[in-house]
Amino acid sequence: MGAVEKSRKDVLPAGSWDYASSLEGRDIVSFEERYGLFIGGEQVSPRSRSWFTTVSPSTEEPLAEVAQAGAKDVALAVGAAQEAFAPWSSWRPAERAKVLFRIARILQERARELAVAESLDGGKPIKESRDVDLPLAAAHFFYYAGWADKLEYAFPGRRPRPIGVAAQIVPWNFPLLMLAWKIAPALACGNTVVLKPAETTPLTALLFADVCRQAEVPPGVVNIVTGDGSTGAHLVRSEGIGKVAFTGSTEVGKAIQRELAGRDISLTLELGGKAANIVFEDCALDQAVEGIVNGIYFNQGHVCCAGSRLLVQESIHDQLVRKLKRRMSTLRVGDPLDKNTDVGAINSKAQLDRITELVQAGTDEGAELYQPPCRLPEKGWWFAPTVFTNVAQSHRIAQEEIFGPVLSVLTFRTPDEAVEKANNTMYGLSAGIWTEKGSRILWMADRLRAGVVWGNTFNRFDPASPFGGYKESGFGREGGRHGLEAYLRFE
Amino acid sequence: MTGRRLAVRKTYKLFIGGAFPRSESGRTLELEGYNVARASRKDAREAVVAARKAFGGWSAATAYNRGQVLYRLAETMETRAGAFAAACTGRREVARAIDRVVWYAGWADKLAQVLGSANPVAGPYFNFTIPEPTGVVAIVAPTEPALDGLVARLAPAVVGGNAVVVLASDDHPLAAIELAEAVATSDVPGGVVNVLTGLRSELAPVLAAHMDVNAIDVTGADGDVAALEVLAAENVKRVVRAREDRSPWEIASFMELKTVWHPIGR
Amino acid sequence: MSQTLALPRALELPGGGRLPRLGAVDAVALEARAGELAKRSIKRESKVFALELAIRMMDLTTLEGADTPGKVKAMSAKAMHPDPGDPSVPSVAAVCVYPSLVSVARRALRGSGVKVASVATAFPSGQAPLDVKLADVRAAVDAGADEIDMVIDRGAFLSGRVGHVYEEVVAVKEACGDAHLKVILETGELGTYDAVRKASLVAIAGGADFIKTSTGKVSPAATLPVTLCMLEVIRDVHDETGLAIGMKPAGGIRTAKQAIQYLCVLHETLGPDWLTPDLFRFGASSLLNDVLLQLRKQRTGIYRSPDEFTID
Repeated sequence: MGAVEKSRKDVLPAGSWDYASSLEGRDIVSFEERYGLFIGGEQVSPRSRSWFTTVSPSTEEPLAEVAQAGAKDVALAVGAAQEAFAPWSSWRPAERAKVLFRIARILQERARELAVAESLDGGKPIKESRDVDLPLAAAHFFYYAGWADKLEYAFPGRRPRPIGVAAQIVPWNFPLLMLAWKIAPALACGNTVVLKPAETTPLTALLFADVCRQAEVPPGVVNIVTGDGSTGAHLVRSEGIGKVAFTGSTEVGKAIQRELAGRDISLTLELGGKAANIVFEDCALDQAVEGIVNGIYFNQGHVCCAGSRLLVQESIHDQLVRKLKRRMSTLRVGDPLDKNTDVGAINSKAQLDRITELVQAGTDEGAELYQPPCRLPEKGWWFAPTVFTNVAQSHRIAQEEIFGPVLSVLTFRTPDEAVEKANNTMYGLSAGIWTEKGSRILWMADRLRAGVVWGNTFNRFDPASPFGGYKESGFGREGGRHGLEAYLRFE
Repeated sequence: MTGRRLAVRKTYKLFIGGAFPRSESGRTLELEGYNVARASRKDAREAVVAARKAFGGWSAATAYNRGQVLYRLAETMETRAGAFAAACTGRREVARAIDRVVWYAGWADKLAQVLGSANPVAGPYFNFTIPEPTGVVAIVAPTEPALDGLVARLAPAVVGGNAVVVLASDDHPLAAIELAEAVATSDVPGGVVNVLTGLRSELAPVLAAHMDVNAIDVTGADGDVAALEVLAAENVKRVVRAREDRSPWEIASFMELKTVWHPIGR
Repeated sequence: MSQTLALPRALELPGGGRLPRLGAVDAVALEARAGELAKRSIKRESKVFALELAIRMMDLTTLEGADTPGKVKAMSAKAMHPDPGDPSVPSVAAVCVYPSLVSVARRALRGSGVKVASVATAFPSGQAPLDVKLADVRAAVDAGADEIDMVIDRGAFLSGRVGHVYEEVVAVKEACGDAHLKVILETGELGTYDAVRKASLVAIAGGADFIKTSTGKVSPAATLPVTLCMLEVIRDVHDETGLAIGMKPAGGIRTAKQAIQYLCVLHETLGPDWLTPDLFRFGASSLLNDVLLQLRKQRTGIYRSPDEFTID
């Protein structure tokens, strides 16, 4: 028979198999006490004379003071960018390329330092900032560096020219990576930029200013203005900008679109999502479970393209949910600097409140909640990985973007029904399809109204791969040849 | 006793499979003040074997990786600019060659986007075309300019994933070996670039006729090119010539195109 | 209508019970998951436990044409007392030898608790008539082997004669008598993880107590992804039927660091119940000394030299 008698002496003594807190050393990064704005190649104090503190969401400890840029400060930054534009855009493109290659190399050289900074300021696990955020950020600069002197091949028959000053606003979920997605193509196309990092995650942008110094980026080509939503509003209202690129919530995206009405300023938006991760009965089951887990618990679910709706074929629902729950129980929530941590801290108290409210709505509306037993740290903001079963399409947790580690499970019977349910949302950023049948992946991909479709995988990003949404998930694409378009005008 | 210091002179050898062997024939030619190895047909054969062996790994590397490796080659060339300048017409040529390597490095992860396509066929099929490297490429390097002329043919061949066997300029071979040294210290896997110095009139026909070479670049061939083309026909080699100074289509001439179909259905 | 590969209807589990679905394995995701698990770092105290466990899980192996009684006696001494300088270091689980050397091993190990495992069934190729393979098994069992490591007929498997593979496992299991049976799949020859999954299910259906990756004579031998794939099959079998099947990666595991990675994969897939030599073994030879070296380093805090440990 297969079963074997276990000898008593082998039973594990309690706590004998334990993952170490394998801490990445913090000393590799040292923050200033206070950071000014980065304008015209220098750190300057804000005219607003206003400062705020950025904290580590995993411990609530203050990390540094940063400037709250007011209208005047933003105007100065835009002015610096305008002044730098004429010389920068007249550099030989091959030389612009070299600056970007340098930035890419420096990001690789300082990758560990920047990854630790990112995990401290934002709360994401070091495993992710080290293995995903930093390598991709460097790769983005590498990729776009190569386009800088090849634009005529990207748009056959058109004459591409830079636009001017690009105003860029990035979110708190992938601070440095989103900065790379914005700045790399903008500079490659000959533009200058004013970038506003998110209020809760300014530090890697400010360290990036130092990278610019090392790379000898000419003063004024890159300007960083820190602050809250009002800073962003000032930036969008500025005279002298030629383009706005925004990644963030759909609500703010709509406000920006309204603000720019009638102003002949090119706009790209990368907004929210409520992606369907669609699992067919003939999938590679254990790998599909990994993909589902990665789809919603990676980066604590703070991902616009997160697979937050699991659409599972009814015939395998029970088996899949069992495996999923078991897999969830091996997720480690804890100190972002611990290399064994899978799920880090929630970025802010405000976000935690939003998640809590929506989860409450889930149970109120009748869905069934499961959370694996999870010891959450005392200080900081945390939420245990959560899955809801018995979810109806009309439930708030199936419609609204939660932006947290919360998965809603729904079922379907046929491919047509899956497509219908997947598309039944105002969003359209991404989708996942799990099946071993190739033709079905392509058939579904054809019909899903989503800008990014992942077949038998999820949350895969590459600088060569265009990313962006349909419908209220935004418009415009970042990455790939197509990502250049937003930063050019054509004669 | 005067304090005269003698220079330690370099021995210029071949570059095959990542190593620097002498010619198996033991022959040399005195050129540019040095005894330069004079490669034999057997050396050429070994170079092709090394290239074929390296091709699998290099073509399977990600495009991003190839781009980074070539950029690193440019970094290495930059630090050796002085040695290069002494082996060619000077600093301006070196700067051009380095910038050319950077230019081509940036193409690695963009080729498929410019050379490839998704094709709208009239039926429920997903159809796409992608460029793939042809394999082992022989390059007859231009006599002049000794460095940039070689780089102008080498970079487009290698960036797409091919492995190459280069026949250096007859009269000015030192630049090619300096380049080989830069290649050897730049994370380029051994065998991806192989450099043979010697007489091209002796070596070019060997490579043109070699049944395991997939393409031959005759841009720099100043002998009987027609004769090389006849030999090349034996295994339907792709015969390549430069058409532009720099272009993604210079890369394309060393690539094949593969078109794939797959049904779209429930 | 989804099409999955079907196992022959004759296959059933020992004692009845339904086999889990065959399904498919996505290679890219499997390898990525194994890679993630390899990055886990365990606590220092757990490390000592893990290293000692790795020793207790080892099947110390010699399977060479040149094996002699002298070689086997020396290896058996090492198996019983891996570190003569430190009697607290436990013995290994078993020694693994060819049938002709089983009696030598048995005499050398008498009274020690270390088991004698023997390869059989025309190891390593398995290319022999069934009656020869069964005679091979009986010879080993008669000479006193506690455990038999058989090879499946890969030729039959790869040409689609899965029922034949199943029947051979059943026959060998019978010939084993009380000896416990490990079935070697030779994963390096099977080509895909889908095939590994299928072969694992067939072996378990035939009565395997353990499924084992490799003979060690073919490369690639054991890898983290293939081990994860096989552990997932074991998990599915346990979920469906309650049967607890063991697993043995063999070949290519040379460092303590790797051994710990395998234990992490095991722990995260099957949980603490499987962290026992009764359900997991390492097929290795040079691994032992690296584990001893790391163990002494953990205890003393100083990096050691390989010279400090006996070769056999």
